[in-house]
Amino acid sequence: MSAPSLGKDLVGLEPLSADQLRLILDTAEPFKEVSERPIKKVPALRGKTIVNLFFEASTRTRISFEFAEKRLSADTVNVAASGSSVSKGETLVDTAKNLEAMRIDMVVIRHGSSGAAQFLGQRIASNVINAGDGKHEHPTQGLLDLLTLRDNFKRIEGLKVAICGDVLHSRVARSNIWGLTRLGAEVGVCGPPTLLPRDVRELGVTILPRIEDAIAWADALNVLRLQLERMQAGFIPSLREYNRVFGVTRERLERAPKELLILHPGPMNRGVEIDSDVADGEHSVILPQVTNGVAVRMAVLYLLAGGRPGPGQAAAGGDAA
Amino acid sequence: MSARPILLRGGRVIDPARGSDGVADVLVADERVEAVGRNIGEPDGAIVVDAANLVVAPGLIDLHTHLREPGQEDLETIATGAMAAVAGGFTAVCAMPNTDPVCDNQGVVGFIVRQALRAGKARVYPIGAISVGQKGQQLAEFGELVGAGAVAVSDDGKPVMSSHLMRTALEYARVFGIPVADHCEEMTLAQGGAMHEGIVSTRLGLKGIPAAAEEIMVARDILLAELTGGHVHLCHMSTRGSVELIRRAKEQGIRVTAEACPHHFTLTHEACEGYDTNAKMNPPLREAEDREAIRQALRDGTIDVIATDHAPHHYDAKEREFDDAPNGIIGLETALPLALTELVATGLLTLPELLLRMSTTPARIFGLPGGTLATGAPADVVVIDPAARWEVRPEEFHSKSRNTPFRGRLLTGRAEMTIVGGRIAWQRRGFAGAPAQ
Repeated sequence: MSAPSLGKDLVGLEPLSADQLRLILDTAEPFKEVSERPIKKVPALRGKTIVNLFFEASTRTRISFEFAEKRLSADTVNVAASGSSVSKGETLVDTAKNLEAMRIDMVVIRHGSSGAAQFLGQRIASNVINAGDGKHEHPTQGLLDLLTLRDNFKRIEGLKVAICGDVLHSRVARSNIWGLTRLGAEVGVCGPPTLLPRDVRELGVTILPRIEDAIAWADALNVLRLQLERMQAGFIPSLREYNRVFGVTRERLERAPKELLILHPGPMNRGVEIDSDVADGEHSVILPQVTNGVAVRMAVLYLLAGGRPGPGQAAAGGDAA
Repeated sequence: MSARPILLRGGRVIDPARGSDGVADVLVADERVEAVGRNIGEPDGAIVVDAANLVVAPGLIDLHTHLREPGQEDLETIATGAMAAVAGGFTAVCAMPNTDPVCDNQGVVGFIVRQALRAGKARVYPIGAISVGQKGQQLAEFGELVGAGAVAVSDDGKPVMSSHLMRTALEYARVFGIPVADHCEEMTLAQGGAMHEGIVSTRLGLKGIPAAAEEIMVARDILLAELTGGHVHLCHMSTRGSVELIRRAKEQGIRVTAEACPHHFTLTHEACEGYDTNAKMNPPLREAEDREAIRQALRDGTIDVIATDHAPHHYDAKEREFDDAPNGIIGLETALPLALTELVATGLLTLPELLLRMSTTPARIFGLPGGTLATGAPADVVVIDPAARWEVRPEEFHSKSRNTPFRGRLLTGRAEMTIVGGRIAWQRRGFAGAPAQ
């Protein structure tokens, strides 16, 4: 049987098979080591041109992609389009076609509208990587969460992972749900009913009504960022009440039957969805998540560029061409 | 110069208004139906159409069309929309008032009437706005609108959020005997929604519009119709809950009529998969059980009519992110074929029942001429080939716009010839029954 490939684009984890997910995670393993070297560079994407097209503000994801690209020796350009393409007066498809006319190889896109990455991928020949589209998916975040869980538990299958908070507006939640369920984990979602999407059970998840239920059930908590504007929009009464009812606090964790791994995609609102002593505590893997982010993005870039998976491909400086 | 008489020979003549259905000839002359019967003699100079194996029926009437003129002539004009109408078997369409300027005064009503006469295709009946500028505040001058030719009032596209305004509109419309047509959408629930709220919106990460956003306003409008005795016409019903509310209201004798669109009895929210903006419309495509409820309501008459909600958009307006794409699809050239395929071929409705929903009943509830082949009725006739198998190719449409989710769909049945006011307004290229020139 030939090894699975990823196809042209990575728009989400929903379309990926378990084999494809494992391929990315396995490919990321040797790339972790590259970032530990004194000279953090392999020639895998030498000569490739990548545009980081960010229609939404992002610090962590954009920098993580840029490091991943540079450590693979790609040439990168960052385009920060403030606001939507609409307010710029140029449509997304025009922007992309103009970039492509400059003969690029890949586009990493972050956009406020769900479906923007898929839309782009269907209209240009370059590889498209979704760096977050609206409330749809954030596949590389999902992958780095999977890698971090696998690092800690040495498996994904059979794990119980509770995704806590604003699932309704979260692309991180959707990518995690697809990735985890496909690899055999059990997924629970926990949050105020106002912030859980309609019919979410049909995605194959368990609804955990209270944060105490999630803590009692799970092996790991993935605590989502609560966007402050959700309060103005009337989804929750106040941040203070949110912390009281749904906050992940040390007191609550101490009552858990076992020790839980704590993940958070960042940026954190300390004292809202997560207390500082939990975020900074011994079971928090929030910073290892960030480290893993570079490795999985290197793996995705490498595989989409046509790189062959295999043990030690990065250490050997394997060329993608 | 009066048009030559037209004799339609040997078709299956269906007139739901008179409950008749059988093989006969139809003769039209002087803009009227002259005779329906066997072996009608051929008058001098008559155009003879061979309608054998075809259906001859009163022309279809669409109560819900957006013709975009004045204001957005790049999307559709009254001439191109009226042409698309006759090519879809419609002899009359009612034009919604959300134009620019809004059709809230006699000047715009008169302009639409004149443009339609100039085009000389389907009849176009303007619908006036309920409120000045469709702003939902001050009542428009219904008397002046009706005087200039408006047949109903509606703020379609903009829901009437003020219950007070809806109440006064229903009361005041009684003076003129016109219906008030409402786009039922509770804005605070629907705000920012891009599709139906359900499992598909959850997966796609799009903001959903719950069925309750429609049903709340359906319930309100029914209560206000009861309060005022006015006639409320509910546009493009899409949910099972709406159907149940209407059914109960009709049982109570409240003056409510309702329409449903072909896309709502054909598609579900799954058509939005892949972020297909041609499946973006308002009200949105709903769930399978809603679609089934709409079909059953069309069968039992809870929903009175099929209307298109023909909504032209330029291709590049739809060629964008789902959130930013405009709502709506064109429908005039696919409505009859979809209804024949989805409702008649499936055995849900008989052909006479379908024609009741697409011609006779629309005429009755908006008080329009037509909808019958009775002697002396306007000579508005459609000739239908119910067996034609064809594939939807939007590039062949007469509408200026191409925004349809039905591209490539195989359908059974379509119009072959449309006669408006005793003249052949359109016939399909290659129509076998076409008269020798």
